[in-house]
Amino acid sequence: MALDLTAPGEVAQYRRRAARRHVVSRVSLYTMVVLAAVIGAGPFLWSSITMFKANSDLYNADNNPFIYNVTPTVAHVSTLLTDTAFPTFLWNTVWVGVVVVAITLALGLPAAYSLARLPGRWSAALGIVIFLVYLIPPTLLFLPMTRVISFLGLQDNTWSLVLVYPTFTLPVSVWLLMGFLRAIPKDLEEQAMVDGYSRLGAFLRAVVPLAVPGIVAVVVFAFTITASEFIYALAFISPTSEKVLSTGVPTELIRGDVFQWQSLQAATVLVAVPIALVFNFFLNKFISGFTMGAVKG
Amino acid sequence: MTQTITPRTSTTRSSAHAPRVRWTDREGLLSRVFLLPTVVYIVGLVAVPFFLAIAYSFSDVTAGQPSYDFIGVRNYVRIFGDPVFWKSLQNTLVFTVISMLLIVVFGKVLANILVADFKGKWIVRLLVLLPWTTPVSLSAVAWLWLLDSIYSPIDYVLRNVGLIDSNLYYLGQPKLAMASVIAVHVWRLVPLAAVIIMAGLIAIPQEINEQAQVDGAGFWRRFFEITVPMCMPVIAVAGLFGAIFTATDMTVAYVLTRGGPNNATQVLSSWAFFKGIEGSDVAQGAAIALFLFPLLLAAAIAILRVVRKMEVF
Repeated sequence: MALDLTAPGEVAQYRRRAARRHVVSRVSLYTMVVLAAVIGAGPFLWSSITMFKANSDLYNADNNPFIYNVTPTVAHVSTLLTDTAFPTFLWNTVWVGVVVVAITLALGLPAAYSLARLPGRWSAALGIVIFLVYLIPPTLLFLPMTRVISFLGLQDNTWSLVLVYPTFTLPVSVWLLMGFLRAIPKDLEEQAMVDGYSRLGAFLRAVVPLAVPGIVAVVVFAFTITASEFIYALAFISPTSEKVLSTGVPTELIRGDVFQWQSLQAATVLVAVPIALVFNFFLNKFISGFTMGAVKG
Repeated sequence: MTQTITPRTSTTRSSAHAPRVRWTDREGLLSRVFLLPTVVYIVGLVAVPFFLAIAYSFSDVTAGQPSYDFIGVRNYVRIFGDPVFWKSLQNTLVFTVISMLLIVVFGKVLANILVADFKGKWIVRLLVLLPWTTPVSLSAVAWLWLLDSIYSPIDYVLRNVGLIDSNLYYLGQPKLAMASVIAVHVWRLVPLAAVIIMAGLIAIPQEINEQAQVDGAGFWRRFFEITVPMCMPVIAVAGLFGAIFTATDMTVAYVLTRGGPNNATQVLSSWAFFKGIEGSDVAQGAAIALFLFPLLLAAAIAILRVVRKMEVF
């Protein structure tokens, strides 16, 4: 840039224009950011306001719905926690999730290692098949599955979900774990085997410890999709005491035609926020996992 | 592979420096042992139920009468004569196509926002992830309240701005109910699409762009000849995932509208549920659900093709 040919005023003008362009781009970026956050969290923000509202405030269509026109109350939240089956649903979701995740890892980790490392003519094709299984939705399988469950005598029993949920956690977990395991250098196991470990020993003692961050990410992912599942839980289970959060909240917390709106919204917020918090923590790991799974080993 | 035969009992406890004869070292065997449980499980609880679904669709199995009698294509004849089935099929296709397009567009926008540099990224990411990580049935409950016929805050705002005189009854009018169901699908799947697209954006090697810049390619040339072709596969994958999760979901329709008003938001999966579980007609429900399969197959083939193209890079 030939600066000496430009008048001093012109330089200042360029500089102002560049600064203005910078400001405009920052302002539009932050506008988009706020808009995205409000659209994403909007229904939950509305739920969070609702859960503390007194009945006299909530059920008056003329009140401004965004503020508290009557002193807020925690009565409906404590009703949810003490007078409804919400704690039961929560407990069922948690233990089903934990057992399903354990089964998923026990089956999926060796399978992923086998697909990522060990020789075998079919392993490449099998990896694709396992991934495609993830695309077969519960909505296609739930009707024959109800017959299988009733054949096994597991109807109306939360254990039916433990049996069936790995059908969707396993394929996606194997896919993710495959990516994480491939990212671990082969030399490490070879070194471990030179040091006298068997292949199995090298896998357990050298590979698994290094894969822990990836495994934790898979645990979070598998637990989240387990907690979200709806159709199997709805089709298999009708007693209140055996229901999980995803089916219990929308079907049981509505007494007759009376919607306990504040308690319902409290339930939504109390479940949504912790899951999103943990998930956010591992987001970068998922992103790298999805990409690595697609890279040929 | 060594063919030395050592007694099985001694192999498991042999010393660490023994030659590679233990089963824990035989890679072919180990590979199969590692894969077997997963394969057995998936065959038993995915493949078998899938073929059962096909078998049931040609039978008269009901929840009360589970004995299998082959009745040929009678279920399909009954389905084809049912206007609700055609409405469900049409809704499934309409919801899927519109959602997929919107998910791709907003997913790309959100991905671009999230890779940009700004303050408070952590909290924004948390808020943006909420729709995807929350169990669908619970976020549908939040939407149910947001779209309430009397107390909807959206209506309150519109009333006070003067755009409407009386409430809109989002879930009570066919067109608005359809729009609501699509909106919830798009809302919950855009974060997933954004995450997939982000993964793709991050995977593009920066050197290619820099090299092109050094070689004198301008912004637009780089955009159309590098960024777009390298992003397209991952955008396509995001769209196809969005399509699959929209097409096969019944939770949103079930919680928000129960397929109503007057089947305006009925989709194949919810209709299969109402017939097969609430109506106890397992055979007919299975036949209805099977119509999802061609949609899924097409999407799966498309994904594989796109992924194969990606591996060229």
